[in-house]
Amino acid sequence: MPELNLTSAPAHLRHGSNIGQPLTRRDGVLKVKGQATYAADNHPPGMLFAVMAVSSIAHGRVTSLDVTAAKRHPGVVDVMTPDHKPQLAIDPEIKTNPFVFRMEVLQSNEVRYANQPIAVVIAETLEAATEGTVLLAPRYETLPALVGLDADDSYVPPVVGVGNPAEHHRGDVEAGLASADKRIDAIYETPPQYHNAMEPHAIVAAWNGDSLQIDMPTQGLMLSLARVAELFGIPHDKIHIRSPFLGGGFGSKGLMAGPPVLGIMAAKLVGRPVKLVLRREQMYGPVGHRAPTRQRLRIGTDAEGRLIALDHHARTVSSTFDDFYEPAADASHTLYAAPAIRTSHDAVRVNTGTPLFMRAPGEATGSIALESAIDEMAFACGMDPLAFRLKNYAEVEPITGKPFSSKALRACYDEGAARFGWAKRTLQPRQMRDDSGLLVGWGMGTATFPALMFQAEARAVLRRDGSGAMEIGAHDMGQGGWTALAQIAADAVALDIDRVTFKAGTSDLPDAGIAGGSAHTATAGAAIHSAGAAVIAKLADLATNDERSPLFGAGNAGVIARDGRLVRRDDESRSESYTDILARAGLAEVEARGTGAPNPAAMEEYAMHAHGAVFAEVKVDPELGQIRVTRMVGAFAAGRIVNPHLVKSQLFGGMIWGMSFALHEEAITDRRSGRIMNANLGEYHIPVNADVPPLDVITVEEHDPHVNALGIKGVGEIGITGSAGAVANAVWHATGVRVRRFPIRIEELLTQL
Amino acid sequence: MKQFDYVRPATVKEAIAAAAQPGAAYLAAGTNLLDLMKGNVSRPDRLVDVTHLDGLDRIDRLGDGSLRIGTLVSNADLAHDVEFAKAYPAVAEALLSGASAQLRNAATVGGNLLQRTRCAYFYDTASRCNKREPGSGCDARDGENRTHAVLGWSESCIAMHPSDFCVPLVALDAIVEVEGRGGRREIPFDELHRLPGNTPERETVLEPGDLIVAVRLPAAARGFAAHARYLKVRERTSYAFAIVSAAAALRIENGKIADARLALGGVAAKPWRARPAEEVLKGVSPTADAFQEAAWRALTDAKPSGNNAYKIELARRIVARALTLAAAGTPARIPALPASPFASSGAIHA
Ligand SMILES: Cc1cc2nc3c(=O)[nH]c(=O)nc-3n(C[C@H](O)[C@H](O)[C@H](O)COP(=O)(O)OP(=O)(O)OC[C@H]3O[C@@H](n4cnc5c(N)ncnc54)[C@H](O)[C@@H]3O)c2cc1C
Ligand code: SF4
Repeated sequence: MPELNLTSAPAHLRHGSNIGQPLTRRDGVLKVKGQATYAADNHPPGMLFAVMAVSSIAHGRVTSLDVTAAKRHPGVVDVMTPDHKPQLAIDPEIKTNPFVFRMEVLQSNEVRYANQPIAVVIAETLEAATEGTVLLAPRYETLPALVGLDADDSYVPPVVGVGNPAEHHRGDVEAGLASADKRIDAIYETPPQYHNAMEPHAIVAAWNGDSLQIDMPTQGLMLSLARVAELFGIPHDKIHIRSPFLGGGFGSKGLMAGPPVLGIMAAKLVGRPVKLVLRREQMYGPVGHRAPTRQRLRIGTDAEGRLIALDHHARTVSSTFDDFYEPAADASHTLYAAPAIRTSHDAVRVNTGTPLFMRAPGEATGSIALESAIDEMAFACGMDPLAFRLKNYAEVEPITGKPFSSKALRACYDEGAARFGWAKRTLQPRQMRDDSGLLVGWGMGTATFPALMFQAEARAVLRRDGSGAMEIGAHDMGQGGWTALAQIAADAVALDIDRVTFKAGTSDLPDAGIAGGSAHTATAGAAIHSAGAAVIAKLADLATNDERSPLFGAGNAGVIARDGRLVRRDDESRSESYTDILARAGLAEVEARGTGAPNPAAMEEYAMHAHGAVFAEVKVDPELGQIRVTRMVGAFAAGRIVNPHLVKSQLFGGMIWGMSFALHEEAITDRRSGRIMNANLGEYHIPVNADVPPLDVITVEEHDPHVNALGIKGVGEIGITGSAGAVANAVWHATGVRVRRFPIRIEELLTQL
Repeated sequence: MKQFDYVRPATVKEAIAAAAQPGAAYLAAGTNLLDLMKGNVSRPDRLVDVTHLDGLDRIDRLGDGSLRIGTLVSNADLAHDVEFAKAYPAVAEALLSGASAQLRNAATVGGNLLQRTRCAYFYDTASRCNKREPGSGCDARDGENRTHAVLGWSESCIAMHPSDFCVPLVALDAIVEVEGRGGRREIPFDELHRLPGNTPERETVLEPGDLIVAVRLPAAARGFAAHARYLKVRERTSYAFAIVSAAAALRIENGKIADARLALGGVAAKPWRARPAEEVLKGVSPTADAFQEAAWRALTDAKPSGNNAYKIELARRIVARALTLAAAGTPARIPALPASPFASSGAIHA
């Protein structure tokens, strides 16, 4: 694959320049033409195909594999099993840091969940390898499987999410509830869900002596590289990972999972390049998922509808061998101004692959429960759901008491409600019908997601020919990194975007951190911004210290960069082009690095979150119980909007996901065997185009001087939160039936309609 | 995937000879069969590709007024055939409510009729399934069975037939034209599929080598064109199988129902013709009460096979609604959301 230089893909539209402009995707034409090289599109010479055999039991041991039969099949080259595999440098069960998860890479014949890899067949063709896995005809010693939220004794996990305490409180919740004028106490359930990125996990691995070339979609190039390095005992600089495009990740491609490691092992075993691509059903196990939850919310208000206590408890599951806990209850930390708040979690261990971050981990599951409960509480108080939320608007972050770095949620409520026409909503449910007699319901939810920052570095170059380059190992998962980050890069070096070569997506570039937590644009953007500033400063040094320059003596702070020139701040008639500065200095180019990182002082002082308000309309057939979402409006305030086009797409996607959460998505586990019975896109339902109503996204202006240098908060995940609850609440408003198990299924509505 | 022979016979006769061998299977568009092969649910030794056989891709109006649809006519081409859709609107609506546009473009008539159940345990080779492996048991019986059959099931199998197309076909007394080793024969649609009994692996009355060459809709079926609907409740608007569906067709003369046809989908191992309900309707006025009565009759024998009692109530309501919609008259064009309860949803009144 040639090095990616997207500045040479000319067909993108430009409506102006750089940050704030709605550029269309710069990689769009490549994708439409099928020229964007995804990992599995690579075919190095001599490449073999590897296919995983996966366990059909959820717990037990593999007692036999018919390796002979598989090897006899024409085209099969080798079969990798626990007895026949390259040795790893470290035990994959060792957690070398908190971002390392245990993986199954044939270290034993033990089976801990269904669809766990138990062997890998390597063959000349995909078909032969696939048939080889069937011929292995595994036999098992089956042990009872732990399934579901009540599978075993519960325990309080040490931490939930990424390092959050499992329990949190402020004020006295029990006293608050006891003194409350009105109370609700309700239990909500959310199902296991799978990321189901369109592109399955895939790897093409090629060893060349002791160096390793990897093509693999990843949301975390450097984390992946470090994990591969420690597992195979090779230095970082011997590994090169290319990940220019991801067909979606949603959290499942953030950390190195077992299957790609198996691909690397297979390549080592046979001494040839190997491609390993997961089948759809194989993604329901070893590559993470969103754990199910059962959440109890107890809320109390005073006689005026003011919250006085909010108790949010979440039960979830983790695997029998590792720990990740969906931090669902933490959704109650930030939104509503209750003087007493308690959030707590407990968990049981089940025979499942370890759960993982999945788009808005904790926020999505917690939000649908919290927003439903708030809706129930508002109704119990006889209040309009929006009025109730406004009454309980948090001026400071409720759980910490910190001020918000910025919070334009009030404007989101106002603009969203106005656009939606919320004022015409009836307070009572089941009061609205359309012309054809369908029940109509309106619901809302508040959206929130933390504004996070990780660590990143970027390298900027300015060249004598007037062009520039920005290099950063950033990731485009489909969100538009190739475009948005290039916009930031162009502004950072004050050049037209077409004059800046933007390089990303490979592991030999500066570390951009992980593309997760909705923090990638902010983090990588901050690094790019600072690298740009640094290289401009170097250029300014050259100019202002050179008597022959019109900028001589202006001092560093005395010049600004604009359109490929440095301009004197106090006298704009005096300026000089980058080209002239470099030419006179006899330099081909100048380069500099910059970093992006969270600001601990600001974090100490402020609570940092994006916010939004989502309004949904559903129609429900009063006899058949069939539900259809007919309209959604979302208003979001997420700091600076780098590219309105891409941001809208992210928010649309999030809102659709929220609707999917409320109405469609669910992995169905057989409670006896622990197997997932709908591990395919035919039966694991996500909305299709015909389900998606007209969506309206409003981005509300918000300037945030504290979150990071660019004021970016991130929009990748927030769209789900609020939306799921808005749809669920609309279903209640249409029918008067409150369903607390998600997704809402027809049988739950039917009998109560 | 298991290796298999692939043959592409030139004539129907050759096709039958090739397919009559043990381990052989006809391949049409493959949208169901190839999926089953990839999942190792079906492991044929030989695929007999029928998609190149001559003369099976035509829609012909016959002398007696019936319409003969060759087996290779795609589901999409059939649904979009203007004359066909006018004469048999419920069939066209059913077709368009099935699968996705891409699948309908490929799927054939015969393939649709003979598509296998979507029972998850049938697809999952690690589960016990009497249909896949006779005598092994039925893991659906105590498993995830909220969408399984409520009519005509047996202890050995509670699976349902997933086709939409078949539902109006059985209602309209379609005829299946089959060529086999013994020559040509005609099978009334209602007799094509079998109920499971003790042999759920035998899903139809077809014998090895039997090739569906066409489906015929009798002239009389045109008589229902003014009052025919298909209604399908499902978990998303497109690309989902029916939880329950119904085809209702009425012939209304002088304000009375002269003739009625009713069939249900998603409720049994075959498309379920509800003759007792039809009887209730004949000769009466098309009123809500009559439709309720028919709905009760249609489900008299229904019983849950698991966690699916709701389907019985849902089926009753769908029957009543489908009849109501049919009585109101076939819409001038097939709705943009075919067979959806939301086919004609209008403005809001607070
Ligand atoms: C994701 C998904 C969703 C779907 N949703 C729906 C839905 O909502 N509603 C619906 O009705 N269907 C649905 N379908 C099923 C679809 O309609 C069938 O797959 C299709 O109709 C099969 O036609 P085919 O030509 O591809 O058959 P094939 O897959 O080629 O064959 C199917 C079977 O028929 C046999 N066969 C084919 N032609 C003949 C013949 N002429 N004579 C004898 N035997 C023959 C084959 O041997 C095989 O056993 C869905 C399918 C998928 C994959
Ligand atoms: S219901 Fe029928 S198809 Fe499903 S598992 Fe039981 S026997 Fe097999």
